[in-house]
Amino acid sequence: MFEDMVTARYYEERLQEEYLEGKQPAFDISAGPIPGELHLAAGQEAAAAGVCRHLRDDDTVTAPHRPHHVAIAKGVDLKRMTAEIFGRETGLCGGKGGHMHLFDPDAGFACSGIIAEGCPPAVGAGLAASKRNEDSVAVAFLGEGAISQGGFFESLNLAAVRELPVVFVIEDNDWAISMPKERVSDVADGSRRAEGFDMPGTRVDSDDAVAVSEAAKEAIGRARDRNGPSLLEVQVHRRMGHFMGDPQTYRPEADQEAAADRDSIERLAAELRRRGVEDETLESIREDAHERVDEAIEWAKDQPEPSPEDAYEDVFANPPSGVTDEEPAYDLGTDARAGVESGGDD
Amino acid sequence: MAESEPEQEPEAETAGDAEPQVVERDLTMSRAMVEAIAHEMREDEEVFYMGEDVADYGGIFDSTEGLLEEFGHDRIMDVPISETAYIGAAVGAAQEGMRPIAELMFVDFFGVCMDQIYNQMAKNTYMSGASVSVPMVLTTAVGGTYNDAAQHSQTLYGTFAHLPGMKVVVPSTAYDAKGLMHNAIRDDDPVVYMFHKRLMGIGWMPAPDGPKTPVPEEAYTIPFGSADVKREGEDVTVVTLGLHVHRALEAAAELADDGIDAEVIDLRTLVPLDTETVRESVAKTGHLVVVDEDYRSYGVTGEIIASVAEDRLADLEGVERVAVPDVPLPYSRPMENEVIPGAEDVAAAVRSVRSTESGAE
Ligand SMILES: Cc1ncc(C[n+]2csc(CCOP(=O)(O)OP(=O)(O)O)c2C)c(N)n1
Repeated sequence: MFEDMVTARYYEERLQEEYLEGKQPAFDISAGPIPGELHLAAGQEAAAAGVCRHLRDDDTVTAPHRPHHVAIAKGVDLKRMTAEIFGRETGLCGGKGGHMHLFDPDAGFACSGIIAEGCPPAVGAGLAASKRNEDSVAVAFLGEGAISQGGFFESLNLAAVRELPVVFVIEDNDWAISMPKERVSDVADGSRRAEGFDMPGTRVDSDDAVAVSEAAKEAIGRARDRNGPSLLEVQVHRRMGHFMGDPQTYRPEADQEAAADRDSIERLAAELRRRGVEDETLESIREDAHERVDEAIEWAKDQPEPSPEDAYEDVFANPPSGVTDEEPAYDLGTDARAGVESGGDD
Repeated sequence: MAESEPEQEPEAETAGDAEPQVVERDLTMSRAMVEAIAHEMREDEEVFYMGEDVADYGGIFDSTEGLLEEFGHDRIMDVPISETAYIGAAVGAAQEGMRPIAELMFVDFFGVCMDQIYNQMAKNTYMSGASVSVPMVLTTAVGGTYNDAAQHSQTLYGTFAHLPGMKVVVPSTAYDAKGLMHNAIRDDDPVVYMFHKRLMGIGWMPAPDGPKTPVPEEAYTIPFGSADVKREGEDVTVVTLGLHVHRALEAAAELADDGIDAEVIDLRTLVPLDTETVRESVAKTGHLVVVDEDYRSYGVTGEIIASVAEDRLADLEGVERVAVPDVPLPYSRPMENEVIPGAEDVAAAVRSVRSTESGAE
């Protein structure tokens, strides 16, 4: 867990540096080596690490738009994920997906930028496991803001009535972009939404990785033993803006400070020390993690960009003839000529 | 300046030139939209705005910037991430006679709430035999050009314009944005108001030259179904909308150096569609290039060409369309640049459409 958490934190620190390159002095989202939106998860590592340590490669995880810490904890290939974020040809998705749409079937990982829309596919993975009599499980991660979405409720219900091996994990970081939790829900404890579906709901009130791990162990074990779905909510903290470039003018200073003061990584380190782990051991885990991250970033930056024509590939797994020809579908000239000929009978 | 219908005379020859009226201030497109909304909210208590991050944040694309201060949280309402609920609620409030504006943050998110949009908002007037009307505005951001990939970069003009029952508005300048917004709020039908992120004038997404224009302080409306000739020309008609008005104007400036005189028509609304302006222009130029940022098939480009062909086939000497080639928007820059038409693609299409003429002769 500690390793996953320090890897995720350092990974995002490095990504942030790379992201800001070329965007200065005035922040321009489309400039620099990593354009587009970038949602960082600093402060949320405990939820991912505590849950995913109980998962196997054949278990499925769906993550939302803030996916890196979950991806790292689930064992997504760090180099290829980084190459994807840099939009490179050897990235997980050949440069087509980007940071919000990472797919690593080998690690059982996918994510989506549409709020709560990772829930139904997780139910589908649970359904597949159940139909095939396998003991793999599926976990859907989502934010506390996402639990107002219809797709979430429908997924809970379907998983419940079919008793599917699915665990829904809410990362409650108190904010949905600029909307504080209390303005969008009358119930502070999101895990209570499980009640309406007669499934277990648990809330871990702090980003204590050990406590998360214990709660997750139970929920995942329950799913694996074919005892049905559950809902787990973890209080985490959003140390950054919603996305890079978010001025956070809506957010009280005190709240930002409180988020920065709580550090689940330091908390876990203290706990490990208390349990007799040497400082040196922790330090060497950190160093190894940093090395792996730096290596992944250097590797990714060295990778080639896709060629423009690659854009026409992959629309279909089984392309109908004529769809992914060498020629772009809108190749200028030929179509117009055809148009003229057919219209030229006057 | 305070005309009720300040039709822009197509005298303005080049992009970004001042309009014929004398106005002292230039506004970004977002400021112009917000000014119209604020005006209508002052005039009519029944107008309110609902959406995600529209109050304290001021809209991710500045679509409501500053409105909270004047109107408070009751009329500039942040809502839970529940598009089905709040867009459907806007339909319900509109049927009660209020005039809600509901914002779908990115048009790409329509999937989670399309039923409320096309089965209720768009159809209730008709299904009820017009005993019910739905005077609401659905605002939404469209467009790519900043590498946000397939779930956040679509334009989807065709999807919305295809489904009957909603008027569809796509401004390209601040001047148009304001006049069209006044009209949208006052209209008794549901209006989908699609603004291109790249045109809004937000700090973190620099706009091209052009969308920032002089804007009268007073309220004015631009009637729906009135396309605007943004540049007059004799040789070829380029029909477009949104961001691609500016790309077409850029192409036209480049083509002018080569002695090709392109006329650039900005549709401004897709429903109703001003085919008359397009047909007249094609009668003059004989060549038609349609450009948009939506997928190529079953979209605006095919629609415009078909509507001209139906009526004025004899005028058409050459036709081209330039659009996104039926692939989801890729993330990586070289691929995104490939699929979103640039000024050079427009220029190439214009050259090609003219060469077909000599080829045919
Ligand atoms: C259907 C849909 N609506 C709106 C959005 C825009 N959006 C992206 S992230 C976000 C807030 C999500 O908040 P939360 O679920 O709490 O996750 P967090 O960002 O705090 O991790 C919103 C509204 C979206 N991506 N999809």
